[in-house]
Amino acid sequence: MEFIETLLNGLSIGSTYAIIALGYTMVYGIAKMLNFAHGDVIMVGGYMIFLSLTSVGNPILGLLAAVLFCVLLGISIEKVAYKPLRGASPLAVLITAIGVSYLLQSTAQIIFGSAPKMVVVADFGNLTVGELTIPYYMLITLGCSVVIMLALSLFVKYTRTGRAMIAVSEDKGAAQLMGINVNAIITITFAIGSGLAAFAGFFMLMKSPSLSNTLGAMPGIKAFTAAVIGGIGSIPGAMVGGILMGVVEAISLTIPAIAPYTDAIEFLVLIVILLFRPSGILGKVRREKV
Amino acid sequence: MALLEVKDLEVYYGVIRALKGISFEVEKGEIVTLIGANGAGKTTTMQSVIGLIPARHGKVIFDGRDITKTPCHKIVHLGMSQVPEGRRVFQELTVYENLMMGAYSQKDNNSFKEDIDRIYERFPRLAERRNQIAGTLSGGEQQMLAMGRALMSHPKLLMLDEPSMGLSPILVDQVFEIIKDINRDGTTILLVEQNAGKSLAISDRAYVLETGDIVLSGTGAELAASDQVKKAYLGG
Repeated sequence: MEFIETLLNGLSIGSTYAIIALGYTMVYGIAKMLNFAHGDVIMVGGYMIFLSLTSVGNPILGLLAAVLFCVLLGISIEKVAYKPLRGASPLAVLITAIGVSYLLQSTAQIIFGSAPKMVVVADFGNLTVGELTIPYYMLITLGCSVVIMLALSLFVKYTRTGRAMIAVSEDKGAAQLMGINVNAIITITFAIGSGLAAFAGFFMLMKSPSLSNTLGAMPGIKAFTAAVIGGIGSIPGAMVGGILMGVVEAISLTIPAIAPYTDAIEFLVLIVILLFRPSGILGKVRREKV
Repeated sequence: MALLEVKDLEVYYGVIRALKGISFEVEKGEIVTLIGANGAGKTTTMQSVIGLIPARHGKVIFDGRDITKTPCHKIVHLGMSQVPEGRRVFQELTVYENLMMGAYSQKDNNSFKEDIDRIYERFPRLAERRNQIAGTLSGGEQQMLAMGRALMSHPKLLMLDEPSMGLSPILVDQVFEIIKDINRDGTTILLVEQNAGKSLAISDRAYVLETGDIVLSGTGAELAASDQVKKAYLGG
């Protein structure tokens, strides 16, 4: 029974990582850059939820406001910080992304102070089935994540824009020759990734109500790790990597001897997997034929 | 008025002047070829005309419109299409999905079904392999797919960059036959080739490009008979 609870906990943590990892992996696949400010968009989403809860008090409205704001934020970050650097060296883009990350954290600190805020999204209670006690927030996180991942997969596979995203990620030049506006596709990708970050912020606050300007830092790094484990650039890879990280984390936390080293163990998983599969679990090994 | 008019086109890669101000024209209904050795600037010309590489100086006029500063994706919507060097089909997509990408610029896609059937008719091999991942096709099949994909957008001008590269002699002949066919059906063709003999044979006119400059021009037959071309490109 306890194991099932642990597993469900792992799946819910993992699906949150997966939702964040999707943002990293899609942006990497399409813009070929690591958006290290992605984790901080989660934090901004968290503060939007906080503001909405204190003013309106409705968590669903809070989530919607956070999604909307993060989408606009993501688009603006791309326009202002990254777009002028298209064609610049990857190092310049990387340092800019780190700069944006600090900018977001510092701005949040100036506006909201450095003391963590308590953000109780709602008290959802527990579901009890026989001896099994499952907090509802876990089921909500899991359910929402599954729907999001399914919708995203269908979107990419079956819509005109989704297919254009695949084309751009594979060959920007050839995509342009099809008449695809690559800049527009990059903007859409940032919008989707940032919207997902807002969902992740909501899931995280449901699980633990403490909100500070570094809310997104650690989950951001772990989700990035998840994206690399799954194979950066691969959408199913981000999902698999995220879930794997979450389950490892949940299991490790229940074993007293290794619980304090949980973070280290998660990164160890990365190292081990990369030793055997350098491009990640579902990473692309390019086949080429002449 | 020419369908495509290129005037004094200059392109730089950093400080290197890759195109030194070339001018040429393609009339509606023609097959025009640019021949030249490796590094002469043929691919640069093709990419610059369609807006993938910016021009430093000069003008590109397509169908009466100045497109020198127009981004590539908009030029495609105006009716120019290109089969790039090395085919560059989308390796992870199926044949069918690749053709779908080719129709991306067609906003109201009423004719999609007919278009794709027309492509399958022209390239029966693609019909057989419609659900196969493009990356697993042979080189010849990928070339057919790249051509089919480029035709899905109903181009007024189809540009082909080294379509015969890396293909077996039988396939090379087949590719040139198909190019003639496409032209006969009303599509203007701008071709870039290292295979000067075969391409001159199907061309109305041709230009010889050498280190970023056009050094010779004339009808396909004239150039094929010219001593200079014979010596440099036709093996004596």
